[in-house]
This record gives sequence, C-alpha cells and structure tokens, in this order.
Amino acid sequence: MAVRNFGQAIADGLILEMERDPDVYIVGEDVATFPAFGVTRACYERFGATRVRDTPVSETAIMGHAVGAAAAGLRPVAEIMFMDFLGIILDELANQAAKMHYMFGGTMKVPLVVRTVSGAGIGAAAQHSQSLEAWVTHTPGLKMIAPSTPADAKGLIAAAVRDDNPVVFMEHKLLYATEGEVPDGEYVLPIGKADIKRAGSDVTIVSWSSMVQKSLAAADLLAADGVAAEVLDLRTLVPLDKDAILESLGRTHRLVIVHEAVKTSGFGAEVAAIVADEGFDLLDAPIKRVTAPDTPVPFSPVLEAAFVPDAAKIRAAVLSLG
Amino acid sequence: MAVERDQLLDMYRCMVKIREFENRAHDLFLAGGLPGFLHLYSGQEAVAAGVMATLRPDDLIASTHRGHGHVIAKGGDVRLMLAEILGRATGYCKGKGGSMHIAAIELGILGANGVVGASIPIGVGAALACQYKDGDRVSVTFFGDGASNRGTFHEALNLASIWDLPAVFICENNLYGVGFCQRDHMRPCDVAERAAGYGFPGIVVDGNDAEAVYEATATAVARARAGGGPTMVECKTWRHHGHFVGDQALYRDPAEHAEWLARDPLLLCAKVLASRGWADEGALLAIQDEIRAEIEEAVAFALASPQPALSDLLTDVYSD
Repeated sequence: MAVRNFGQAIADGLILEMERDPDVYIVGEDVATFPAFGVTRACYERFGATRVRDTPVSETAIMGHAVGAAAAGLRPVAEIMFMDFLGIILDELANQAAKMHYMFGGTMKVPLVVRTVSGAGIGAAAQHSQSLEAWVTHTPGLKMIAPSTPADAKGLIAAAVRDDNPVVFMEHKLLYATEGEVPDGEYVLPIGKADIKRAGSDVTIVSWSSMVQKSLAAADLLAADGVAAEVLDLRTLVPLDKDAILESLGRTHRLVIVHEAVKTSGFGAEVAAIVADEGFDLLDAPIKRVTAPDTPVPFSPVLEAAFVPDAAKIRAAVLSLG
Repeated sequence: MAVERDQLLDMYRCMVKIREFENRAHDLFLAGGLPGFLHLYSGQEAVAAGVMATLRPDDLIASTHRGHGHVIAKGGDVRLMLAEILGRATGYCKGKGGSMHIAAIELGILGANGVVGASIPIGVGAALACQYKDGDRVSVTFFGDGASNRGTFHEALNLASIWDLPAVFICENNLYGVGFCQRDHMRPCDVAERAAGYGFPGIVVDGNDAEAVYEATATAVARARAGGGPTMVECKTWRHHGHFVGDQALYRDPAEHAEWLARDPLLLCAKVLASRGWADEGALLAIQDEIRAEIEEAVAFALASPQPALSDLLTDVYSD
C-alpha cells in the first residue's frame, strides 16, 4: 500500500494496463504534453507519443476514431476533457459505440474507455461543471463508472480497460487532490459491485463519485446526532449493484440518495424507483433525494456552493425522516 | 495500374450481383415482406466493384446506409445479407441490424451505418489500428456528398492527415443528399477539392466507370500501404432509385435521370468487355443467369429462415 492521490492512482492503473496489453493507447486533447488535470503525463513519459496521442480540438474525431479503432482490435482510452462535452460526442458514444455489439448481433466488440471530468466546485461555471452520468445510464450498451477514492479509481480504471464494452469513467475534478491508501501493483476491482464506505444501522445513504465524501462527512455529523448512517458507494451505476442497495435497506429501512447532478431524471430517481418496486416493504420512511437543483451550474462562488449538495443538507434530509 | 481481362470480368460479375440483389430486395419490399428502410445501391455498382477490386481480404471498410453494394463487393454472403434485411435469425446480425446495419468483421466490414457521416471517423480509427499494428493493411471509408457537410467529415480528415494514416476516402457523389441537390448544398462542387484543405490528394473520377474507379483507388491504396497517408477519390455517380424505396425522386430532372441511365455502369462495363474482345454477349448473359440463380437460392434461404426467438431481444446488449 502507498498513499496516492486520485489522479496518480488512475495513472498507475493505466500504466499497468498499458504494460500488460500493447493494444491499449491513450488519446485526447493535450493528454501527452499538457494534460488538463495532469493525469496522463506519467503515461506519456513512460510510453511516448505513439501510445499517448495528442489530438486537435476534435471531440467528434476523438470519440469516433476510438470506436473504429476498438472495432478493429485496439483498446483506446479516450479523454474527453470535461463531461459537459458529452454533448459533442453523443452520436459516436450513444448511437455508434453503445449499439454496435447489439445491432451487429453480438459479432463485434467495442472495447473502449471514455475518461471524463465532471463536477462543480472550481468556478468553472455552466459548461465545465456538470455531472451528466444520467445521459450515459439512459443508453443501453454503455457502462458507467464513478469512483470516489484513489484505490477504487485504480481498481476500476483497470477493470474498465479490460472490459470489452464501451465504458464511461467519470472523474470528479475535486477528487484529484484527495489522497488515500492504494494497493501496490496490479489491482482490479469488479465492475458492478457497490462498497459500504461506512457501516451503520439507522439509514442508508446511497451515493457515488465526490458525493460519497460529502455523505461520509454527513455521517460524522449524524453520529453526533445519535444516528448511525451507512454510506453505500455505488461505484458503478451500470451495471448497478441492486442487491447491495436492498441488503443495506434490509438493515436500515431508511434511504437517502445523494448526487451532484440535477434532480429531475437524475440517476437517483432510478434508484428510488427500483427500491419502490423491489424494496417497498423494507422502507419505514419516504425515500429522500439530496441533489443539485434543476438549474445550470452557476459561476458565482456563493451560488455554486449553494448548488452543490453538502454535508449539512444531507444531514438535514436524514433527520427529516424522523 | 491497368485493368486486366479477368479483373474486369470479376468487377462485372460483382456489379451484376449487386444489381440483381438490389432488384430482388426491391421486389420483396414492394411485396410487403421487408420491414424498415431500404436504400438501394443500384446505379453505383462501379464504385463498390472498382474499389474492392484493389483491396485484400484483410483490409477494412466502413460503409454507409446505402451499403449493400459494399458488403457484396467485399465478399459478403448474399444469403446471410438477405436473411438480415428480412430480419431473420440466420442473418449476419441475427436480424437485429437490418439493411442499414450489416457488419461482418471477419470480412473486414466494420458495418453499414444509419447515421450519415458517422462512418468517417470510424474508418479513420480503423486506419489507426492498421498503422498501429505495424502491418500494411489499409482502411477504406465510404460516404456520400451529403456526408461531406458533416463535422465528422472535417474532423476525421484532419486527424487522418496529421497522423499520416493508411486511409482511403471514397466519396460516392450521387449528386443528391436525400432530396437536396449538391450544387445547392455545398461549395465547391467537387468534394475531392476538400482533401486539399487537409493536405492530401483528392481526385475526381467517373464513378460509373469501374475501370476508372479501380485505377484511381489502386493508386490511393498503394500510397496508403507505403505509408504515404490518406487520399480521397470522388466518384461521380447516380442512384437509379430515390433515396429510399418509396421515394419517387421527383426533385431530380427527368432528362438528367435519363442521361445517367444511359450511362448505367453495367452497360458501360459490358461495352468495354465486348470492345476488347474480353467477353461476348453470350458470356455476359451466362454470368447474369448464374448470378440470378444464386440470388434466387439466397431469397429462398432467407424466406425459409426462422424469425429470431423472442429471448434474443435481451441478448447481445453487452459483450461478456
């Protein structure tokens, strides 16, 4: 074990996968010479420009060529600098990559990873701060990963690279500087397994990405209130570890879902619907969601802070369940 | 790269096969037995036949919504193709793709595509795979005049150029983007001129002349194999039908249509074969009879094939 930050852990995982499989390459804007969040610099230093490929400002070509390269036998790891730019690559991602395995009758594999940076918190405003995981989860054929810790990021990026499907890997920009113990050497986590980040018996807080950290902070506050909160980190949204959610509810009987994405049609609604359908008898209280409001992300630091859910809001939602 | 007798006869045979296939698909559609959209390749056969005659089996192609001709010319099995466009379990894609989504990776066919222009970056990615794997394979991307106005076209051509990829871009310019005439939908009117904007050669050929298509493409493919980077070959051609079966193409000038029909690529090729003494009328009719029998057998196979099982609805969403 070594202490690594979130970005270093991703780079560590990528380097190991690139050593293991020569068909893995990294591609995107400034991934080699001037990575926006620094993640792939170590990969470039290790492997050079053939395997860490800078591109022009051409998200459509980044994503579209990755689809063709994957279909033809390579394993691209494409970086889309901000998740907001999913709008630019949506045809290549949702109509091409996601559908090829199905519409070609299972004859073609499209093993690619889209690494992309989500989230508010640095004053990047409406077009560089969104959490758009629900755009991805609404398209069958895509997998959606959203880790919250350096160790999970290392283990899941390796799993994403090895997966034979198109995988979107969401990295919250505020997580890059967070540190944690990370297993040394090869470390691969299964895709589709949630993780209990804090055990508790009174309420289940379901979350992913940076909101797991906020939920853990809320759990600390709630402990002082005499409430033992369980924090369940989904880690992957597709495939979803439904069993982990229902098992936790079987212990706590209360559910609060926390995500940074806006509320309406957010992935929290899907979790709530599944629980209402398959776990209704487990519930002793209504399901609560703590989310951003249905607005674009504001620039003003004051407004941005009000936009993003925080520990106080999560605590209040839990206490409202009585 | 002059064309020899056997090569031109093979191209002719390929064109007849495409035409007969499309004629039967058309009949099946009108008879009500064929679901969905059908974009016929008839009239453009010289492009598929001429291009594919320059390729090796391990070369890759990315196709379009009007892709039946590409698949046949790259070696596609017409039985599995007909089964696919009839939605049967025995089709290339188990009936899940249909006319616009036939792929056969074992033949280097990365798929037809229902989104105009989407094949272009996919073909460029395949070209990267060819270069990356240190072989001398090439990737050929088909698209039309309409697609050359998509952003995918411009971004993908630039990427292919800066990476010196073994990519050949085949523009099948049939002069209409659905119902919008090319002289109104883009400037300049030669799509190949746009290649210069990305720093590689573009050449215009008569797309109804299989020999001309072959020669231009062979040069482009040789250049790509040798590491010389991409080339565009624009093939001026004409679709005999509307954009899809059911479109009467009333937006086209009947006189222009008649002129192009008189330059049917099959007729032009037959004339060349005859004038060089490479095949007489009897030999050409024998080819046609043989192909018709093959297509009829394929139709029978497809019609006798089972529908997909309902359980197939839920399979193949993800690769295990």
